[in-house]
Parts: sequence; structure tokens; C-alpha cells
Amino acid sequence: MSRAFVPLLMAASVLALSASAETIAITHAKIETVSAAGTIEDGTVLFKDGRIIAVGTHVAIPATARIVDAKGGVVTPGIFAVSSDLSVMEVEGVRNTHEESSKLGAAFDVQYGINPASTLIPLARQGGLTRAMVTPVAPHGHEGDRDENAGEDYTAGTANEGVNASSLFAGLAAGLRLKVGDADPVFAPRAAMVVDLGDDGARVAGSHGAAFQLLKSALDDARLYAKRRGAYDNGQSRSFALARAEMEALQPVLSGKIPLLARVHSAGDIRQLLKLAKEEHIKLVLEGAEEGWLVGEALAASKTPVIIDTEADLPQQFETLGSRLDNAARLQKAGVLVAITGNHSFAMLRQARFNAGTAVANGLAYEDALAAITLNPARIWGLSEHLGSLAPGKDADVVIWNGDPLETSSWPLTVFIAGTEQPASSRAFQLRDRYLHADDGMPPAYH
Amino acid sequence: MGDLRLKRLCTVALSALVLYGCAATGGESATKADASKSLVKGLDASLNPDPFPSTYKPLPSKATAIVGANILTATGQEIDGGVVVMANGKIVAVGPAGTAVPADAVVVDGKGKWVTPGVIDAHSHLGVYPTPAVQARSDGNEATDPNTAQVWAEHSIWPADPGFNRARAGGVTTLEILPGSANLFGGRAAILKNVPSLTYQGMKFPGAPYGLKMACGENPKRVYGSMHRSPSTAMGNVAGYRKAWIDAAEYKRKWDEYHAKAAKGEKADPPKRDLALDTLSGVLRGEILVQNHCYRADEMATMIDISHEFGFHVAMFHHASEGYKAADMLVKEGVCIATWADWANFKMESLDGIEANAAIAFKKGVCVVIHSDDETITQHLNQEAAIAMAAGNRVGIAITRADAIAWITANPAKAIGVLGKTGTLEAGKAGDVVLWNRDPFSVYAKADKVFIDGALTYDRFDPKYQPKSDFELGQPGQGEFQ
Repeated sequence: MSRAFVPLLMAASVLALSASAETIAITHAKIETVSAAGTIEDGTVLFKDGRIIAVGTHVAIPATARIVDAKGGVVTPGIFAVSSDLSVMEVEGVRNTHEESSKLGAAFDVQYGINPASTLIPLARQGGLTRAMVTPVAPHGHEGDRDENAGEDYTAGTANEGVNASSLFAGLAAGLRLKVGDADPVFAPRAAMVVDLGDDGARVAGSHGAAFQLLKSALDDARLYAKRRGAYDNGQSRSFALARAEMEALQPVLSGKIPLLARVHSAGDIRQLLKLAKEEHIKLVLEGAEEGWLVGEALAASKTPVIIDTEADLPQQFETLGSRLDNAARLQKAGVLVAITGNHSFAMLRQARFNAGTAVANGLAYEDALAAITLNPARIWGLSEHLGSLAPGKDADVVIWNGDPLETSSWPLTVFIAGTEQPASSRAFQLRDRYLHADDGMPPAYH
Repeated sequence: MGDLRLKRLCTVALSALVLYGCAATGGESATKADASKSLVKGLDASLNPDPFPSTYKPLPSKATAIVGANILTATGQEIDGGVVVMANGKIVAVGPAGTAVPADAVVVDGKGKWVTPGVIDAHSHLGVYPTPAVQARSDGNEATDPNTAQVWAEHSIWPADPGFNRARAGGVTTLEILPGSANLFGGRAAILKNVPSLTYQGMKFPGAPYGLKMACGENPKRVYGSMHRSPSTAMGNVAGYRKAWIDAAEYKRKWDEYHAKAAKGEKADPPKRDLALDTLSGVLRGEILVQNHCYRADEMATMIDISHEFGFHVAMFHHASEGYKAADMLVKEGVCIATWADWANFKMESLDGIEANAAIAFKKGVCVVIHSDDETITQHLNQEAAIAMAAGNRVGIAITRADAIAWITANPAKAIGVLGKTGTLEAGKAGDVVLWNRDPFSVYAKADKVFIDGALTYDRFDPKYQPKSDFELGQPGQGEFQ
């Protein structure tokens, strides 16, 4: 490609993208609907004004529709990263690009730090991702990669002075739409309250068990506060461990309006948490749950969904001794709603679809694996009315793949978000193309 | 007595010893032995090149023939429905359908399956950073001095690390275990056969050379800068490397002089042995291979200049996120790169890591290796190679399975110095072989059987060949992970 040609192409694609209200028919597609309609071997997906109008084999295509011939490619709903730090951590090693944690505890609302200009959003789209639930982490949560941190972050143990209930909570999660040029990409603010339990909770509270006690007393405080806001404002209530803003932020959890996303790992901790949630009448979503397969029945009975990393098969810590590759398959079989994540970090974001493939290799049915990265995240976050499957009325987040979306050999050919075609570019692609350019004697900086 | 000891040493000789005695005439050997008779073995590295010798013995094996599988030889060949025969621990035949199968061979039906050489992970911290990842077993970085060339990774290995079993189930038969990257010189790396063993000596790859871990970039200057010590900058790093090589060259010269005098029967005072300088001078003698953690293209260029200044060769740049930018230089210098498929952006020096890194470097002729540096990724290096291959195919770089399989077998074997023994399916090589249930580059691929030196060491369907670590007995899961 000549240098002069590049700007022309870019201009053309910008024009095409601005037509968000257009009607588009994707034809000759193998459609994975992730709905009761199942797989349609050769069908059409029709969408208009950002919404899906029809999906099927005999779809009437309006004369005004732009036709995109999938030529037998696979069409799926956009992938939904069920728990991610996409857009709130640009470079892990650069502290000033971290927006995923705070000193505000439960009051922290991650939506305000979201960086719509993150170079990782276009990269994520090139992995077929259209939505992400951006979940904060508690300041003591999530250890860094150990080799890269070269020793300094390996020190285990409890470095905290005193107990601070605030530190248990990571804050409020936010749903992110990955549409290009979106001035306000947060489409689902305050979708969940996040708490880091297990070893991370123990770093705050002193032990695993103490973290549950601390959580329970925080919920008690928030409940009492809500009953007596007037007394609190007049300085007539007892002192609370949490700040006012935190207790306010916890109200939707107490009322069951949003779930508590708890990062928890061992079977024993999961059982304790289920007991606590029952007593407190709160809705749970679990993330981690490496030993979830040991308590599958209890999770199913309490209708508690889980978010799991299907690669986790090592006893990384004493709380994950029972990790195994068929955790997803076993939980699904037990009747648990399962969503599959890649690494929480952006750096391995694209692993989510491969992790779904790994789950299939370890016993999960293909359609369940696909649902675990599309529909199930939408269900878990209460967004399945608009997202997660290809069905009339839903947002047109649609990906055309050159093959099986879970396979290593596949990539997205075209990505639509809310009905708009997304540019097939990213910083990584620009770097790639610059160094693929034939050497003409000029430094790559000119290409 | 002296002769006898020398003879025994000669049978296990590394090249150091060849230089100083074994290759010489009997008369000279005797003289040399006399001259150094007064020295305790531990005071002269050349008398003592292998103080922690391998005790590895292949597991019991039977002659085995895998018949009917698609074979990727890692020498550029793909044989559909072929035959691989192993006997006495070695590969004895690789060929098309109809290749003779010995009458006594156990025949494995490979129809619809795939066979590759055993996977080689050229960058592993299994054992030195084992799971569970607790402080008591966090032994990969001797982060007390920027130059710890004196430490050997093998002395930190916990052989009971359950990660070895997981990696084997992913087809990994050979591992290079490296110290971490906190230091400019992290220490010696060890090459292991991935067999369950009570000791690391029982895993050490017989005859494999040692590696030296070096680290460019952000880690050393961050670790020591935060202690208000040198290096705290990139230029401090470079000064640190050069000072060490100056010391090593001087040390080597003193020992060479001593050995020359001793060989002539002249009176000579042996230099005082220094473990760090032993390792560095081992590099200068070409016996120890430099394995250099280095992300950025410009830093690779600096390291290559240093190698020219002091007369050694960098075997491989590890991580090498910018390998695609440095391809021409890497080809010219004959340096391999070991990288990931899609792990980037986690720090400034990895910011420009792209999925097409391996593919572009491959296209330009670089020796490409896909490595793990991770106890999870090591379990599916086949898929990492597949993702890297797809990134190339996406931009029209036609990479075949026959090409890409070398990224996790033959090329790492070359880069860590064991290609003469393993890494390809060729008659005479070790019977390090994986039978996959399908195309190994598929996300759905699983290793059905893993052979090491011709012995079945893992079988996905036979619990008798699914070894468990002592650590996992009696724990939830009992060491079963799939």
C-alpha cells in the first residue's frame, strides 16, 4: 500500500461509519444466535437504527438495506467481557494510567475514570469484543505478575496497619460500550458492587473468616444508616465504620437492585458467602470460584452465577488447591449460570474466547461455551433484554468471523456495535503495518 | 589415582575439560593432573565442571510405534497418516504409511490424531516460582545484587511443583528453568527433562549446556534504583554489564595462564575461584549460552554491541516484544527471539508488543520461539503458537503448521543448546514425542500421550500415567486437574 493511499482509505471508512442509522443485512451467514433459535446454517441478520429487526433463513431485506455478504462466515453476538479492567488500566507498570482502584472503598464509582481513548479498546474490538463490565479492584486486590515485578511484589502476608472496612470494597462497576467515537461509552453505570474476599480480603481484615465478619458488619451499618439518615445527619447516631458515601453506595445491594460481585475462591469461603448472602438477602455474583465445582449444588440452589477463568488448574494459593480445567463443565452440569473470563487484565483480554474454547476441550458443550462469553454476561449483569444474543429487538452488536469464533485460527472480519460498523484498526495494527512495510531506505517513522 | 580420576572426569567431560586435558596426549594429561594434584576439586572449575551431575534415567519403556497419525517433524515436513517408531529411548524411524514396524513394538493407533516432537519451553520458572505461590517457595530472584551470576537456578527448584505435571499434560517434555529478571545477571539456567523426580538432579537433561540469564531494561534499574543503588537507569544497566565482562575477561585470562603453566609442568599459583566469574567466563569460552530478557529493539542493539565488545554470542532475546522491529539485526547476528502470542502493554517496554511479532520476525528469517514465562501458558504453547501463526496469516504471511511447530520444538531446542538430542522427529533423536487428539494448533487440542526418551510419561486416559505431586495428595482435587 502506498503512503498516499492510506489517508484516502481512512477517509472513506470514516464516512461509512458515520451512517449509524443505516439498515444492514448480513447474508449467507452461519448464525450462532445464542438463543432458542440455535444455529442457523445459512441465514440473514437484519438490523436498523442499532437494533436487530430479524434473524432467520427467510428474512425480507428492504431495498434500502446495505447488504454485507458473510460468504459462509460465522456470525455471533458481540463478545461481552464479563469482568475486566479495559479502559481503566492502560499500562500496568505506569501508576498514572491506573483508574481501577481507589481509597474511597464502596463509594468508588469506576465510571468516572474510564478512558474512552484507551488504545486497548480498538484492540479489544479486533478480538470481537463489543461490551465490557469494568470492575474495580480493591487496593490490596490482584497481585501483579510475579516475574515482571521481579521479586518486590512477591511478599505475601499482611502489610496493613489496622483494619479498615472500606478497603474490603473495590467499588461500583460500570458497563462499557466499545463503539468507536462514543462520547459517553458507559451504558450501564453502577451495575454491581465489587468486594475482594479470600486472600485479598484477609489482607484487609486479618484472616479469611474475619473478612466475612467485616463484610457483615459493613452491611449492618449501611442498613442501620438508611433507617436513620436524619439522626446520622444530626450527629445523633452511633459511629459507623464506613463513610456516608459508602453506606449510600451499598443501598442498591441491600435492596437487591444490584448484585454484590465477590471475588472468592475456596469451596469453604464460597459456602460461608452463600450463607451470609442468604442471611442478608443480597444477590451474589462470584468471580474466581476455582473450587466452585465442589459446591455446584449449593450454587445452583441459590441461583448464584459464577465468573470463571477456565485456564485455572493450578493450586496457585491454599485457597485454590482444588482448581481444575473442567470447573466450567461441572458447574454447568450442576445447573449454575457460568460466564467465562480471560485474565482480568487487558493484557490478556483476548483470551476470553480462547478460554471458552478451552472449556469446550474440557467438557463444556459448544453452545454453552459461546453463551458463557455473550449471553451469560448479559444475564449476570441484568442486561439480557438488550444484549447477549441475536434476536429481534436486541442491540445490534454483531460480529462476522472467518471461522469458529473460539478457534485460534479465527478472527473477526467485521464488527458492528449498536448497528454501526467499527473500523478494523488499532494501535497494534498500525505498528504491525509500519514494520511490514517494504524497506525503501526511509526509517519506519515515515510509514 | 590421579589418572583414574582424570579418566572418570573425561567420560563426563564438558568442553572446558576438553580444553585442559582430555583431548591432550596421555603424557600431557598426566603432567597436568600432577600440577593440579594439590588443588581440591572445588577450587578449579575445569576439574569440576559438573558438581551437581544429572542422575536422570529415562522411565521404563517399550518399543512403540504410532501408526496412522499426521506427523509434524519440525524439520519442515508434514506427513499425513505416517509412522513414528521409538525403541530404546530413541526415535528409530519416521516415515509415510507402510514404514516398517518392529514385531515387538507396542502399536498405538494414531488415526485422526497428530504427532509432534515434545514441546520445549525455553522460558520457565517452574520449580523456582512454583505453585502454591507462597513466600517460602519464592526462590526465583536473588534480588540482593545486580550481578548474581554465581547463583544457579537448579538450587532453587522445588521438584514437587505441581506445575511440572500440568506442563507435561500440555506436551512439554523439556524445560529451561531460568532465574528471574531482577538482576543484570540473574544466574545460571538449568535444562530439565520434564519427568517426576525427587531431586532436580533426577530431571537434569544429560549433556545440556547451562544458560546464563541476563536482563535488559526496566526490572534491574527499578529493583536497585528503589534501593538507591546502581543501576537506577538504563545507562547504569549498561555500565553494570560491561564492568562484569571486564572482570570475567581478566579472570579467564588468569586461569588460562595458570592452566598453560600447569600443563607445561611449571610452578603456578592458581587464581582464587569465583563462582560468578566462573559462569561469566564460561560464556566467554562459549560453553554457557546467554539467555537475555530484553523487550526493546534498541536495547537488543546495545546488548549485541556488548557481545561484540567482549567476544560472546547472545543465544536468544526473551520476551522480545519488539523482535519484529529488530528482525534484520537478529538475522544478521543469528540471535533467536522467544516471545508470547498476545501478552503486551503491561509496562512501557512491552507497550509495542503485537500479535504479529513472531509472524513478522519469521517472515524476515528470524529464529522464532514461542515461550511461556508462565505456569499457565506453558500448558498450551501449541495454542500460543497457533495464535501467533493466525496473526501472520491475517496479513497474508503464509505460515504453515510445519513452520510453526518449530517455534515450540526445534527452535527452542537450538536456542538452549539441545537440538542435537531432541526437538525434531528424526531417527537417532530422543523419543520425546506427543500424540495429540487432533490438530495441535486447535484450541480444542489435548495431548493424549506424552513420551520422554521413548517412555510413556503421561496418558490422558490412563490414571497409571497421571503422576501426582506429593504436595497435592490429600488436598481437594488430589492433584487431578482435568
